[in-house]
Amino acid sequence: MMRKNISRLILVCFLTGSLLPIYWMLNMSLKTNEEIIGVMTMWPTHLTFNNYLTIFTDESWYSGYINSIIYVALNMVMSVTLALPAAYAFSRYSFLGDKHVFFWLLTNRMTPPAVFLLPFFQLYSTVGMMDTHLAVALAHLLFNVPLAVWILEGFMSGIPKEIDETAYIDGYSFPKFFVKIFLPLIKSGIGVTAFFCFMFSWVELLLARTLTSVNAKPIAATMTRTVSAAGMDWGVLAAAGTLTIVPGALVIWFVRHYIAKGFAMGRV
Amino acid sequence: MKTYNNKAWWLIFPVILSVAFSAIMPLMTVVNYSVQDILGPDQAVFVGMEWFRAVMRDSDLHGALFRQLIFSIAVLVIQIPLGIGVALTMPAQGWRASLSLVLVALPLLIPWNVVGTIWQIFARGDIGLLGNTINNVGISYNYTGDSFDAWITVLVMDIWHWTPLVVLLCYAGLRAIPDAYYQAARIDGASRFAVFRFIQLPKLRNVLMIAVLLRFMDSFMIYTEPFVLTGGGPGNATTFLSQYLTQKAVGQFDLGPAAAFSLIYFLIILLFSFILYNWMQRVGTGDQA
Repeated sequence: MMRKNISRLILVCFLTGSLLPIYWMLNMSLKTNEEIIGVMTMWPTHLTFNNYLTIFTDESWYSGYINSIIYVALNMVMSVTLALPAAYAFSRYSFLGDKHVFFWLLTNRMTPPAVFLLPFFQLYSTVGMMDTHLAVALAHLLFNVPLAVWILEGFMSGIPKEIDETAYIDGYSFPKFFVKIFLPLIKSGIGVTAFFCFMFSWVELLLARTLTSVNAKPIAATMTRTVSAAGMDWGVLAAAGTLTIVPGALVIWFVRHYIAKGFAMGRV
Repeated sequence: MKTYNNKAWWLIFPVILSVAFSAIMPLMTVVNYSVQDILGPDQAVFVGMEWFRAVMRDSDLHGALFRQLIFSIAVLVIQIPLGIGVALTMPAQGWRASLSLVLVALPLLIPWNVVGTIWQIFARGDIGLLGNTINNVGISYNYTGDSFDAWITVLVMDIWHWTPLVVLLCYAGLRAIPDAYYQAARIDGASRFAVFRFIQLPKLRNVLMIAVLLRFMDSFMIYTEPFVLTGGGPGNATTFLSQYLTQKAVGQFDLGPAAAFSLIYFLIILLFSFILYNWMQRVGTGDQA
């Protein structure tokens, strides 16, 4: 019992620590700018929802959320769809250069963004995709696909190979087997993968900002221009920040059971 | 055993194609920059290895690389054990498990520039909870003026931001351990530590590999958060590699050296990741539970 209480205490401490900065942002978002800059208060003394009102009524603000959600969703679907067959190949077959291809995929997560932004800009302008949601979704594949393949491969390796063989003996073709039998078996793997793709695409700023200007401008980029004549508009900024957590919180709520079921990963 | 079948290439072809589209051309462009002196839009002179030699001798760069290494090592040394520890304390099922999962994941879901913005205020001595509290306890703390404070603030911010990733991965790994292992341990009368050392840790190896690699790569390329929080200062206390690189590429418009350095940077990450990847594949295989 004693040990259980200690571990509960540790968890509560960790969660409190990790929620405090978020609370501070929420706190700020409900204050007026004078109060934020003026004094330190633990909670808003003049409660105001004006900051949120600004965001929901100003198109340049709320369209940022819509843009972000569109390209993140696109990226999520593309990453998972592309990664599924590849992960199956890595988990079931060995082939010429399999280990090298796998590591090459990973290296795409390792390119330091700063200088690569310019060629990205050039590439996507050349093919005429600047300022589209698809461009950002495609660019984010770079770091999401390798991770998706890695995670999915782990889940797939947990499914015994006999299932595949039985299905083929029963006369299933590969596509039919894959969609009808295999996908339902790794449902939780797909959920977990989708969550990670969502997360990394949602929080990325540099690529998304470079590849967009108006029509597909993400919310994170919108937030970089809140400096007005009166100085920083901290209240609106905090409100916008608070709202960026909401979609992610919803996604994790949907996949919580899949994560709680556990995954150990293959790839050894 | 896996079947040897080269037709599997067809299955990974779509992935290769889609990733190569965004990967190869930018990489080649950077390689081009790195061997040329770009004078104007259509004027470039081939300079060979000149830029590589120049950046290798750049002492500011050595400073940035050194700071970066210390930072990444600190990140790994703190976040991995902390993440494992927290994951061990999380309840296995019920509403408490759901709630703690969602709460733990929250910092991960905040866009990186927002993370910087939050901490910019949160750590301020006058109006931020953290800065104010520390000052009230009698420790002088000012992250905009003092280099050490700034460095620590960036580190604490990163711990706050990314430890949840380690926790989530470890939690998922722990839940995948079949109950039979624990029963066997109970029959043997194994201590709590023995259970951790000989059952849980070996079983966590694969998720830990992902966690270590991701944390290493991402911390080594950290840019947005310190940029918003401290702008690399005071002085250059928090100017990590990416920051320095951007200053060169955008600020001074030294594309050639910046590109040359990008490639070196990329190779450093590649090298370390490769070492970590191979090391973690071998370590612990002997005592697989």
